[in-house]
Amino acid sequence: MAQGRDDHGGIEDLFPGDEPAHDATTAPSTVSSAGSDGAADDVADAPAASTSSTGKRPAKKRRISVVGVAGELLITAGVLVLMFLGWQLWLDDQLSAPRLKNEATGLSQQWDKEAQKPTATPSQPGTDVSQNPPVQTAPKNAERFALLAIPRFGTDFYRPIAEGVGVQDVLNKYEVGHYPSTQMPGDVGNFVIASHRSAYGGALHRIHELEVGDHIFIETQDGWYQYSFRNLEYVKPTGVGVLDPVPQQDGVAATQRLLTLTTCNPFYSTAERIIGYSVFDKFTPRADGPPKEIAATVNGGS
Amino acid sequence: MYAALWRVLPGPWWVRVLILVVVFAAITVALIMWVFPWFDQFVAPQDVTVGDQQ
Repeated sequence: MAQGRDDHGGIEDLFPGDEPAHDATTAPSTVSSAGSDGAADDVADAPAASTSSTGKRPAKKRRISVVGVAGELLITAGVLVLMFLGWQLWLDDQLSAPRLKNEATGLSQQWDKEAQKPTATPSQPGTDVSQNPPVQTAPKNAERFALLAIPRFGTDFYRPIAEGVGVQDVLNKYEVGHYPSTQMPGDVGNFVIASHRSAYGGALHRIHELEVGDHIFIETQDGWYQYSFRNLEYVKPTGVGVLDPVPQQDGVAATQRLLTLTTCNPFYSTAERIIGYSVFDKFTPRADGPPKEIAATVNGGS
Repeated sequence: MYAALWRVLPGPWWVRVLILVVVFAAITVALIMWVFPWFDQFVAPQDVTVGDQQ
C-alpha cells in the first residue's frame, strides 16, 4: 500500500502547491511541537539526573522507586489471584463443558459402532427388558463407563462418568465419579455418583434446580437408563448413609433401583453435601435409539 | 514500573493503548491456556464426596 502511494507521488499530492499557506502553517507547527517535546524531555532528564545526587530540589521527573515497584508488583499479584479464581470457579467450567460434551458424544458413537456387532445380551427371553435392564460389571478405577444427561440442565449437558471418586484421579479430571461401593446403573439398590459443584467441570452446579419428576438419563454401552428425580437431602460430609442400597437405612435389603447424585453445598464451600435422589423408570436398549427427550443431546454432536 | 513501561512504549497515546491491550490479551490467553491449569495442582484439593473415600 505504501509503495503504491509513493508511485502516485506520495502525500504531497494531497496538498497541491497552490496552497502554500496550508503547508506553511501545518509543517512548522508539527516540527515545533515535536521539537518542544524532545526538548522538554531532555531538560527534564538532565536536572533529574544531576539533582538526584545533590538533593538540592526534588526531581520533577517521576523516578522508579523500590517501594513503587513493590506496590505495583503486589497489585499485579492480587489481580492475578482474582483472575485465577475467576478462571477456576467460573470460566474453566464454561470452557470445559463443550469439550466434555464432545467427549461424551464420541463415546456414545463408539458404543453405537460396537453395538453393530452381535453381542451377548444377558436379558433372558420373556422378561421385560425395560423394567429388568442389563447390569454391567464395574470397570477399572478412573475408566469411563457411562454418560450423564439431564434435560433440566440443557441439551448441551452431556458428561462422562468414570469409576471411582478419587479427587486427584477422577473428580479433578473433570469426570463425574461412581462410588465403587455402590451398585451399577439399573441394578436393584443405589447407583451413586459424585461431582464438583463448581470448578473441574462443575457438572452438578445446578443440582438445586431439579424439580420432582425431572428425568435423569444414564447411558451405557447397553442403552439408556431413565430415572425420575424425587427429592434433595442435605447431609454432613460424614453422611455416608446416602450410599446405602436403601439410603439412610443401613442393612435394609433394597427393592428399588435408585440413582443418587452427591456434590457440595453451599456454593464454593465444602461444609455440607447436597444429595439428589432419583428413582428408576425404564430402560431403552441401544438398538432402539436414544429416548426422544435426549435425542438432541445424544445426536447433537454428530 | 508501569509508568516506565508507558514512557518506553513508542507512538502517540492511542498506539500505546493499542499495544497494551494486545499485550494484555495475549497474557490473559497464556494464563488461561497454560499457567492456570498448571498452577491448579498447588491449590488444596477440595473433597466433594461423602465419607472418607481416599
